[in-house]
Amino acid sequence: MDSIPIEKEVKEKDYRSNSLFRVTLRSIFRQRSALIGGSILICLVLVAIFAPLIAPYDPEEVLIGKEDIRKRAKPCIHLLGCPEDEPQHILGVDGNVRDEFSRVIYGTRVSLFIGFSTVGFAIIVGTLLGALAGYIGGWVDNVIMRFMDVLLAFPSLLLAIAIVTVLGRGLQNALLAIAIVSIPRYARVIRGSVLSIREQEFVSASQALGGGHFHILFRRILPNAIPPLIVQGTLGIAAAILEAAALSFLGLGAQPPTPEWGTMLGSERNQVFTAPHLVFFPGLAIMVTVLSFNLLGDGLRDAIDPRLKE
Amino acid sequence: MLIGILVVTFVIARSIPGDPCKAMLGEKATQEVCDRFNREHGLDKSIPVQFWIYAKDIVRGDFGESIRYSRPVTIILIERLPMTMELGFVALVLAVLVGIPLGVISAVKRNSIIDVITMLIANTGVSMPVYWLGLMLAYVFALLLKDTPFWLAPSGRITAGIIPVPFYEVFGWVVEDESVKYHFLEFFSNMYIFNSLITGEWEIFWDAIKHLILPSVALSTIPLSIIARMTRSSMLEVLRQDYIRTARAKGLRENLVILKHAFRNALLPISTIIGLQLGTVFAGAVLTESIFGLAGVGRMLFEAITARDFPIVQAFTVVIAVGYVLANLLVDISYAFIDPRIKLD
Repeated sequence: MDSIPIEKEVKEKDYRSNSLFRVTLRSIFRQRSALIGGSILICLVLVAIFAPLIAPYDPEEVLIGKEDIRKRAKPCIHLLGCPEDEPQHILGVDGNVRDEFSRVIYGTRVSLFIGFSTVGFAIIVGTLLGALAGYIGGWVDNVIMRFMDVLLAFPSLLLAIAIVTVLGRGLQNALLAIAIVSIPRYARVIRGSVLSIREQEFVSASQALGGGHFHILFRRILPNAIPPLIVQGTLGIAAAILEAAALSFLGLGAQPPTPEWGTMLGSERNQVFTAPHLVFFPGLAIMVTVLSFNLLGDGLRDAIDPRLKE
Repeated sequence: MLIGILVVTFVIARSIPGDPCKAMLGEKATQEVCDRFNREHGLDKSIPVQFWIYAKDIVRGDFGESIRYSRPVTIILIERLPMTMELGFVALVLAVLVGIPLGVISAVKRNSIIDVITMLIANTGVSMPVYWLGLMLAYVFALLLKDTPFWLAPSGRITAGIIPVPFYEVFGWVVEDESVKYHFLEFFSNMYIFNSLITGEWEIFWDAIKHLILPSVALSTIPLSIIARMTRSSMLEVLRQDYIRTARAKGLRENLVILKHAFRNALLPISTIIGLQLGTVFAGAVLTESIFGLAGVGRMLFEAITARDFPIVQAFTVVIAVGYVLANLLVDISYAFIDPRIKLD
């Protein structure tokens, strides 16, 4: 008797590494968009990790008195013909005489942190709620999902604005607000998967073997409900970064002098006609980051969802 | 659902920290003054009683009085909503009129250069911050293209000095001031494009359109991209079906196959996504209106939240949420027309 489960486990492992994992990996690599998105993302992660090495200045360092430079000075790149005696600022200098390039570089850290932390939190809470709703069913399902429906009835940014107003402005509260408004998305996905997986034979088998509810839900059902969640989560990070930047732009999220792209854009918005570079580059950074997650998410969906395969 | 929306907006509005009295009358307001203020605004009653009064009033179309402006919220809505509706409508129409053809062409010419470019634009479009695009458009069209015929105003609804005459006055209708009919007509005349269209004031019409181009282009980018992507994937799904091959085998012209056989069947998911885009448009309105200096609902809502003007926050969120739910209900109903197999129970 003892040997059977071990053998089964080995076989299962073999089967997985040979098939499911590799097939998925291979189809991910076949996806052009996932590849492009993934590559940009890896670059961004590297930029975030090595920010102190890349950035020539401290992002919060005010350069008044240290260098001969005006506030909101235009970009100056020595290679492109900017006089050598002027200090080099690749993306110019912001309204508080800080190096814009260093701030944009450090902003990568903030934005990636925002994306991963909010979505991580939302996925954990959403998974728990969705799993409970789908597994228990009945009134629990009704109460949880009706509440999710009400949350979904509000445009998410508006709800996030309202929540931040209640909690008070600041990056932490903005993160919490964005996490809260995105919970329904994950709860719905998980509930749907749990509902369909619950009816499958291996779950009945587990029940017949005397598996407890906890065991069945967390060890049998949930691991099988993960793939759609990965796709939803990747796209969710894109949405979270956009929303957090919007909140910061409105002055509700990250507060100055934090080098957050939305905040940087918001504080220079009235200077768009005189110093367009201070609006252009932070926005471009937001766009590239969000784009990388969107491409990756789309590619993953095509790779995981067999219906869309050729 | 409606009760849920009411409860959530009520709870949010009431849990905004800070004392509305102190926010309105200043930090130095005495307890006595604040007590009177609270009594006047019904803030001294218990929370459930406040909710009951609030729900009862809303059903009657009475949203209470703005604490900051001391005017009925309904009147403020009548002034502000038309602007947002006009902006949202134009943006959504633009998104549909451009997004769907792009998606269809992209699907039909799959993997061609047109497809690659369209999807590149669509993917960039969904990843773009609305306010950034708005500011960049303003920079290009108001500054770089200054002194060219392509110049567009960076802010406002209409050139300063132009005052559109409400259509009911042009038509010589006699309307009693402050009557329901007056507010009703006022609501429609506040849509400048609509108003100048039916009164035939083409100069004002053109001026209003020119002011609306930049904000509505900025606002429509995300919905446009999402609609284009959805149309493409939905069309691709349908074009693989057997009945498309049958239609082609019958010798039908390709245009006919695509429009009558494929597009018609791809329309269901597209209409769902269009309904959902209304949320994006409303949320985007907050940002677009504040960038282009437009006095609409979105900007008002944001200002009201910061000023703790509960009645406005409640009313505007309710109106937006209800509008969103109703629009999606409309989409659900339209399913039956798009796909006759779906029956409404």
